[in-house]
Amino acid sequence: MAEQIYTNCTVCGPVHVHVENGRITRIRPLQLDDSDPKDWTIEARGYKFTPPRKVTVGQPTMTERDRVYAEDRIKYPMIREDFNPNGARNPQNRGKSGYRRISWDEALDIVASEIKRVQSVYGKEALSAMTSSHHCWGLVGYKASAFKRFFSFTGYTQVLDNPDSWEGFHWGATHTYGYWWRLGAPEPYDLLEDCLKHTDMIVHWANDPDTIRGGYAGQESAIWRVWMRKLGIKMVYIDPFCNFTAVKDAYKWLAPRPGTEAALAEAIAYVWITEGTYDKDFVARKTHGFEEFKAYILGLTDGKPKDPAYAAELTELPEATIKALAREWASHRTMLACGARGGFGGAMRTAYGHEWARLMVLLAAMQGMGRPGSNFWGAVLGAPCNTEFVFPGYADKAGNIASPAIAKIVPVNPVKQKLYRLLLPKAFTDPPVSWMGEGFCGESLEQQFTPFRYPMAGHSEVKMFYRYGGSFFGTMCETNDYIAMYQSPRLECVVGQDIWWTPEMRFADIVLPACTNLERYDIAEASSSGGYSQHASSGCNRRICVMQKKCIEPLYESKSDYQIFTELADRLGFKDKYTEGLDELGWCRRFFEFSDASKYISWEEFYKKGYFVVPMPENYKPTPAYRWFYEDRVCDTPDPAPKKTNTLHTYTGKIEFVSESLKHFTPDDTERGPMPRYQDSWEGHKSELYKKYPFHMISPHPRYGYHTHYDAHAKWLWEIPEHRVLKDGHPYIVVRINPENAKAKGIQEGDIVKLFNDRGVVLGIARITERVRRNVVHVYTSSGIYKPLEPGKPSPDMGGCVNILTSKRFMSKKVAGFAPNSCLIDIEKWEGQ
Amino acid sequence: MARYGMVIDISLCSSCYACFLACKDEHCGQDHLPVAAAQPQMGHRWMNIKDIERGKNGRVKVASIPIPCMHCQEAPCEKAAKNGAVTRRTDGIVLIDPVKAKGQKQLTEACPYGAIYWNEEENLPQKCTMCAHFLDAGYKEPRCVEVCPTGALLFGDLDDPNSEVSRKMADAAALPPGNEGLRPLVKYLNIPGMMVAGTVFLPDIKECARGARVTLAGGGSVMTVTANGFGDFEFENLPPGQEYTLTVEMPGYAAWKTTVKTDSHWVKSDIQLERL
Repeated sequence: MAEQIYTNCTVCGPVHVHVENGRITRIRPLQLDDSDPKDWTIEARGYKFTPPRKVTVGQPTMTERDRVYAEDRIKYPMIREDFNPNGARNPQNRGKSGYRRISWDEALDIVASEIKRVQSVYGKEALSAMTSSHHCWGLVGYKASAFKRFFSFTGYTQVLDNPDSWEGFHWGATHTYGYWWRLGAPEPYDLLEDCLKHTDMIVHWANDPDTIRGGYAGQESAIWRVWMRKLGIKMVYIDPFCNFTAVKDAYKWLAPRPGTEAALAEAIAYVWITEGTYDKDFVARKTHGFEEFKAYILGLTDGKPKDPAYAAELTELPEATIKALAREWASHRTMLACGARGGFGGAMRTAYGHEWARLMVLLAAMQGMGRPGSNFWGAVLGAPCNTEFVFPGYADKAGNIASPAIAKIVPVNPVKQKLYRLLLPKAFTDPPVSWMGEGFCGESLEQQFTPFRYPMAGHSEVKMFYRYGGSFFGTMCETNDYIAMYQSPRLECVVGQDIWWTPEMRFADIVLPACTNLERYDIAEASSSGGYSQHASSGCNRRICVMQKKCIEPLYESKSDYQIFTELADRLGFKDKYTEGLDELGWCRRFFEFSDASKYISWEEFYKKGYFVVPMPENYKPTPAYRWFYEDRVCDTPDPAPKKTNTLHTYTGKIEFVSESLKHFTPDDTERGPMPRYQDSWEGHKSELYKKYPFHMISPHPRYGYHTHYDAHAKWLWEIPEHRVLKDGHPYIVVRINPENAKAKGIQEGDIVKLFNDRGVVLGIARITERVRRNVVHVYTSSGIYKPLEPGKPSPDMGGCVNILTSKRFMSKKVAGFAPNSCLIDIEKWEGQ
Repeated sequence: MARYGMVIDISLCSSCYACFLACKDEHCGQDHLPVAAAQPQMGHRWMNIKDIERGKNGRVKVASIPIPCMHCQEAPCEKAAKNGAVTRRTDGIVLIDPVKAKGQKQLTEACPYGAIYWNEEENLPQKCTMCAHFLDAGYKEPRCVEVCPTGALLFGDLDDPNSEVSRKMADAAALPPGNEGLRPLVKYLNIPGMMVAGTVFLPDIKECARGARVTLAGGGSVMTVTANGFGDFEFENLPPGQEYTLTVEMPGYAAWKTTVKTDSHWVKSDIQLERL
């Protein structure tokens, strides 16, 4: 059969997929044609900057062919060989036992009858279900859609996510400047243009834009960095690791001791205050509580000035360098870039990470955040963008098939009981558990203070757990706990649904094979999540809506998630309600018709071409983020703030050096007090554990995978030496260590090393590099490979799930966030067993 | 008829590996005969990337050098081939014939770039084809170039004097520059040289020595730079193996002098000037 070329979309960008004889032969970044709208141009400092007329995609996308045909695809429905739903269930063997193939009918019958059984015996809340994120793309098939629609019909105990990518900004910065509807990240609008026109320096603090790439935005911002270099914009990096962007364009790299970043921030404020180099007018007009903060920084309240000498001792940076940083920052028009979206970054996933995040907003405020060239911007979003054009993202209210905007029959989950992702192991082994905060608190600041308890009064514990995806070992904290969780007799049945044998699938009783989004129909805009990251496609040089065509038939016996849920709904008696008579293509059309794309082209044209590039409005007028606030105007950006005013959505409407919301809700909290400040980490250089485990392990998001995805399946990635290194046939994760430490430990390049503490042992391969600060071990989080030496038991992991070593302790007493970058370990050469 | 060439600007390579992966996507497990037999699923690096870490003591840079087949017009592999197994097309692309080259392991050793890989299963030497089959099918660029996000890889027709690749090729060098005699069709811009760098402090007042005058003299040249706000200075792209005298001067402080040799990169992050 002749070659067919289909459009599709991935988590790292839109693609054209070449297929011959039913087999994928090529994945190319989506190829634009001459009929697509013309691109924008930014004029700045005598140059005209127009993006190259091509779409770029992130590295993982280039391995889609490898991933689709991966050896570890789940080929058939399976049952754990010692699981008998009518007899011995042997939960203690989850993670250890093998599997045998069963038919789809058998598998679905068991799953449906187990759902019926636990819900009739214990109540609807006895069923719980939980997704992983980011393994596929598309509004019909993504986790928030087909999955949510199904479980809202059955009723289930929903598991609230901790805001893992925003953690410190979510729990901290929201109390400083609002933006809870962005989970604490700032608005990004038109800051690329503002930067190119006005900015002299960018301080990248815990930011590696070339690695994190704006989340889903492929490599669209790579060219922006080329432009910035051309303009001579100075790049300063504050990071214990000389990251992948820094090694290319750092004007200065500063590597503070992990956990002391907040002290460095305080000392910068000290220099500005004592030298009078902050924006006094802005601070007077637009902030609240500065005098109290100033008194604290100067040491007037506790007799300890937070001066460069104080910070030098904590951070191990020279006092002179700290002063120089503060002065360079204040004397240039400077952007502060904290993490990919301006509100991410590894320094906020630490003990008291909320304090660092709040201090970051305050430093930006002290330099007049919003004036030309001086802002709070992650340097990967904020291209010129037609934000008036509506196309829902998966996290938008209209971005799923359970939404009233899209569905005619709208299911409502009748179960009020909730669980919390970070507490699942304890909840399933040693309940009750309690916590404060409604997971992603995107509706209000007050949500952060809602108390929860599981089991809820009058409710059953969860007896059946339906797991969709399997990323916990590589992404959560102290993850050996998940072994005991899955082996708990409290869980009578565990269902796993995934495309590949991800680590948790090997703990399921019944395993259902799903297919990739190249094997089914879907629809979506590239890079757009909507919801808490509204207008995230401004990380791309153009907005592209994609008809995700079915390129090949589902491989082996796999089925689409929608199909699996449809067949289960059939057995549970609500198939017609679930599908509304639609197949996946039918739902795609509903999204298309809801979107503004339908105002430009017909469904037939869209389907035929496969994509639609959103044109820029004539006479596009940029509205740079926070300019309105700086100039005391009503907000004129497209930010979805609850109300458009000239104030922020804090209790005072200003940037709060002293938070009135925290004063109101938790006035006695000594860890997240009303005013942010440095505190010694509960797992840092001053803690008792440091004597035993003298290395800080930092584990940022990976460069060559996407969370846990692609890593385990796409073997081509194993040949990227900064990702994994093959030794004796096994792909070890790369562990970076400084030459001085390596020498003292007798570790050579390419040695297998063990990273360990009281929580576990993880193996990796040593990369000896000057890029890592002394006494720090750098290894990427989100290993997709989990390979314990003794499956089903806490034992050394050859896969590289370093999250086994990170503490499950909450960020601070009243803050239910995690802190994987506060992790003490030791490292030794692995001599084998 | 075109004569193809590629210019690789090392300063634009972000080490994203998109080119490396696009090459795998094109060639792994699928034949493009008669141009190329399938690349094994793992083990070959037809588009290799060499990361070179430069510097130390807090001043670290990484130069990433994409290394495909150079498509030498005086190709050592062509000379080492028996039976006409290596051919040069009129467009300049050098190909290893997947049939005639069976068993010719000597080709892997003939390439000074290590760009020819041995396929154990097929008993065959293999390498980058510049995606000749893809170009022949009418596509404009090889897969690696198509996916490059920054334009670090530039491809085009050298016979067209107005093409960007022709203009840039004039300034490009063979890798390493001593290999010009091979007449490669792939050449490089911004091949990194040696670095001498440091950070200067004024310990008496605990300040960085902003404005310190730093002079590097040797090999018949004298270069002077001024330390920036962090007290940092840097001399880049120096020739290897050269001896220099480095002098740091600041009014009111004793001059600081040392001899440096660019056998390796020289970085000193704690130059402390003494108050006079």
